[in-house]
Amino acid sequence: MHELAICQALIAQIEDIAGQRAARVRQVYLGIGPLAGVEPQLLADAYPLVCAGTVAEGSQLEIEETDIRVSCRVCGAETMATPNRLVCGTCGDWHTDLLAGDELLLLRIELETREDVAEVAHV
Amino acid sequence: MCETCGCTVTRTGVEDTVTVEVLGRLLQANDRVAAHNRDHFNGHRVVAFNLMSSPGSGKTALLEATIDALKADFRIAVIEGDLETDNDAKRIRAHGVPAVQVTTGSACHLDAQMVHDALHELPLSQLDIVFIENVGNLVCPASFDLGQHRNIVLLSTTEGDDKPAKYPVIFRGADLVLLTKMDLVPLLDDFEALRAEKAVRDLANAAPVIPLSARKAINLEAWETWLRDEVASIRFSQNPTSKPHETHHHGHHQHPAVA
Repeated sequence: MHELAICQALIAQIEDIAGQRAARVRQVYLGIGPLAGVEPQLLADAYPLVCAGTVAEGSQLEIEETDIRVSCRVCGAETMATPNRLVCGTCGDWHTDLLAGDELLLLRIELETREDVAEVAHV
Repeated sequence: MCETCGCTVTRTGVEDTVTVEVLGRLLQANDRVAAHNRDHFNGHRVVAFNLMSSPGSGKTALLEATIDALKADFRIAVIEGDLETDNDAKRIRAHGVPAVQVTTGSACHLDAQMVHDALHELPLSQLDIVFIENVGNLVCPASFDLGQHRNIVLLSTTEGDDKPAKYPVIFRGADLVLLTKMDLVPLLDDFEALRAEKAVRDLANAAPVIPLSARKAINLEAWETWLRDEVASIRFSQNPTSKPHETHHHGHHQHPAVA
């Protein structure tokens, strides 16, 4: 259950960003790939618990799950792949590079804020 | 562009809402401490290996055999991640090398800060190799960089040769896969080293796969050769002129928010 630890890291990051703007958090967007080693549902379950008492309390968590894409070093094709078969979808060779699918990103945050605070944030 | 964190602030149609584009790694705080640990290792020309596996797949037994084989040539220390006990650290100390116990309690993995705290209990300037024995778990440790130079994942024969397919994240990140307890293969009817290796290749991982047995001393030479080669190449890349910083202040880092 390392999702709790990851959720705590997320909230710390949100507090850093929102705190600068003295704002409340409305919505948080994450990008998570199947190879990030994180269960989106567990993260979603942990989120409201970790949010309690923080600037993010009551905010919504939106998780965008990305696909896995690999690039083949042998034939050059870019194809989709699954977590335990990262081989080239065209020629089948395993000498591939991961293009996408291991992301664990805080994409963006929607903040409720006053006009003057937003201006201050726009340094 | 916000000068403080590097993010961009854009207005949405809603009057009192701003959207902050962040695009930052969720684990950036851990990554920072991990980079800091790596600086510590490199500054002292210490090579760090992170050992990960299921519980009971033989990490401590492997370390015991490895310490005995290499302690004449290298100054070794071990950081032991364990949920509740210090049994493993005691086993390591019995072989005459320092071991720092990190009791994680309910935490299922080591993170960079735990390793950092443990490093302060080790005489880094008097060491060549630090082995970090992670908490027995094939899921959680995979997500946390500790500042190690290489990841070693153990797969014991009793676990089955399809483990890499079941736990692709941790096996994909392995720089070396050790198939342990090979002495038990004759008793098992379903483990084939080649199938385990194939499962690692299916993860687009070219890491060497070495079958061995620590208890029966089978093929330990291949593992020791890999270790010696890696230590030599990592130490070659560590700048011998860079000065280790003996003391440092926490919270002095200024990092951009975008990884």
